[in-house]
Amino acid sequence: MINRRDFLKNAVKGAAGMALPLAAFEIVNPKKLFADKSEASKVRWVFLVDTYKCVGCGMCVKACKNENEIPYDANVTRTWVERYVMTKDGKTFADTPKGARDGFITSKIDLGLGKFQDIKKENIEKAFFVPKLCNQCENPPCVQVCPVGATYQMPDGVVMVDRSWCIGCGYCIMGCPYGVRFFHPIYHTAEKCNFCYHRITKGMKPACVEACPFGARQIGNIKDPNDPVTKIIRTERVGILKEEFGTKPQVYYLGLDREVK
Amino acid sequence: MVHGEYWTIKELFVYPNEYIYWSVQIVMYPFMTGLVAGAFVLSSLYHVFGIKQLKEMARFALVFSFALLFVAPMPIVLHLQYPLRGINVFMTPHFTSAIAAFGIVFSTYGAIVASELWFLYRKHFVEIALPLKEKQDKGLLEWLKFFVFCSLTLGVYDISEETLKKDEKAIRVLAAVGIPVACFLHGYAGFIFGSVKANALWMTPLMPVIFIMSAIVSGIALCMLTYIITMELRKWLSDRKKGTYPRLQSKEEIAGVEVSVIRMTARYLLMFLVLAITLELLDLIFRGYTAVKSWDVLRSVIYGKDFVDIFILQYTIGNLVPFILFLLPGLTIRRTVLGVCLVLFGVFMMRWNVVIGGQAFSLSFAGYMHYHLPIIPHDWETFKEGLGGALLIGLMPFPLFWVISRIFPVFNLKETH
Repeated sequence: MINRRDFLKNAVKGAAGMALPLAAFEIVNPKKLFADKSEASKVRWVFLVDTYKCVGCGMCVKACKNENEIPYDANVTRTWVERYVMTKDGKTFADTPKGARDGFITSKIDLGLGKFQDIKKENIEKAFFVPKLCNQCENPPCVQVCPVGATYQMPDGVVMVDRSWCIGCGYCIMGCPYGVRFFHPIYHTAEKCNFCYHRITKGMKPACVEACPFGARQIGNIKDPNDPVTKIIRTERVGILKEEFGTKPQVYYLGLDREVK
Repeated sequence: MVHGEYWTIKELFVYPNEYIYWSVQIVMYPFMTGLVAGAFVLSSLYHVFGIKQLKEMARFALVFSFALLFVAPMPIVLHLQYPLRGINVFMTPHFTSAIAAFGIVFSTYGAIVASELWFLYRKHFVEIALPLKEKQDKGLLEWLKFFVFCSLTLGVYDISEETLKKDEKAIRVLAAVGIPVACFLHGYAGFIFGSVKANALWMTPLMPVIFIMSAIVSGIALCMLTYIITMELRKWLSDRKKGTYPRLQSKEEIAGVEVSVIRMTARYLLMFLVLAITLELLDLIFRGYTAVKSWDVLRSVIYGKDFVDIFILQYTIGNLVPFILFLLPGLTIRRTVLGVCLVLFGVFMMRWNVVIGGQAFSLSFAGYMHYHLPIIPHDWETFKEGLGGALLIGLMPFPLFWVISRIFPVFNLKETH
């Protein structure tokens, strides 16, 4: 029978003996390994939306749905356009019927519950459109809250989802302050805009940028000082959405209004 | 159809991808974990702090907590889009996520409850296994019983006075360690909500503490309810079997024990109820007083759309009425049953108002979403995230408790501790 003293002694010896060879091992962080081989990424994708140019035609939404295989009639979308109407009596109306997939074909504002509000032209103080998409945040809350690491950030800043690993808990959907995430109606995993990563990494532009007839949407590399988008972001007055959440969004807006939600 | 679209109705300006993604199963999840944690804390009050009056309740609560433990993760499994991938949370935990800690916290807690139970019932296992071991011609059932209890002894047959004293010490230590772990188990369920900065209603550091307090309230309430039901059954049985088994306790004896245990436990219930309500009101007042950007929409939800759910169903029927019922002198069993049922309902409504209420408004702060619980299911999804799934989870602990109490009997056990 071993007594307590001996047991403790041997336990300490054993632990020390084990610790020595274990110290030779190191828990390898895949990110670090990646960084060792290649230098820090020379690309940081950013997006620029010029709201003055947007007319709410919805071509971007259509193109996105087709490009990224989001069922056309499903009421979810990776990108959408919002309409804001401020009246002379100080009221603000906003809507985005079907994410503006078909554009804004009526002047009636969709109030939900099947109700619509028609605003007379002479009552409108100002009105504009705001396209929305994933902000590819520098500090993405969706990546932080994913319990299995199925959503992750690429070295060039784009946040991706691994459909083969997502468990479908919906925590990332809850964590995103911008409401860009949803469950894919067919794959049943978390889904979001990734700036058409399959295109931009091959030198093409995202489908929505390509489809916009007015050049309201542009993509660029903020690490390249000669990039026209970088120049605009650096020299002009641009805004971002919901700064207060500390997510550091990387979609910049020209002509943002305080009423934009 | 998109997940969530079936039970969500949108009003005014809501982003196109917003739906009520976390539905009734996510209400059940903190409710069930709360019951686990509460039942354990109740049993620890006796083992650690030596509150003798709770002795009868302590063993009962521990076994019940064990039964509830198996049910607690079930709502999550029913909620996941890929239930079979749930194991990924254990295999590749991503530790910046609150949910990733689930595997560790849950298994630690399970191990503590299981070992405490083992020490508590070790003598019982040995007493059953030993005579069966010596018996020569065992029937099939006896073989099975022998096999189960023999394995449960883990090969330790020493039940001398001295070792039993050591057991008692081990139980005390485990119960003491178990309290913070139980609080952590549930506090972390609160953290899952409290740390979502995107949600204006959820984000508060008070959330874990509020969850722990209401957890203990609901755990005690459910233990009282189940205790009363089993006691009433025993009374009924002792009435019937009086002739055949004269050694059974008489109806009056059982009733006497029952009332004194219930009155004692009710006091602890009241104490935690007061703490829970205080914290919840503090949270509400603080939000109104600081009135940050989100307050406009929160106010319209709290005082407008969800007024009945919050102030009538939760605070009045679920908190105030049982509070008065328990405070009035001369507490009877019937009044207690009504009181604990209302308390359980109140805690359920609190979870509901947090989970569903937190999704009742849009991230745009300019629109609302209404939740319609699917009652008659038309496919698997509307069943598991509807009334059927919720009831299934709610009722599951009782048959489980029955099965577990075959192995860990909670009544008529020869005195051990």
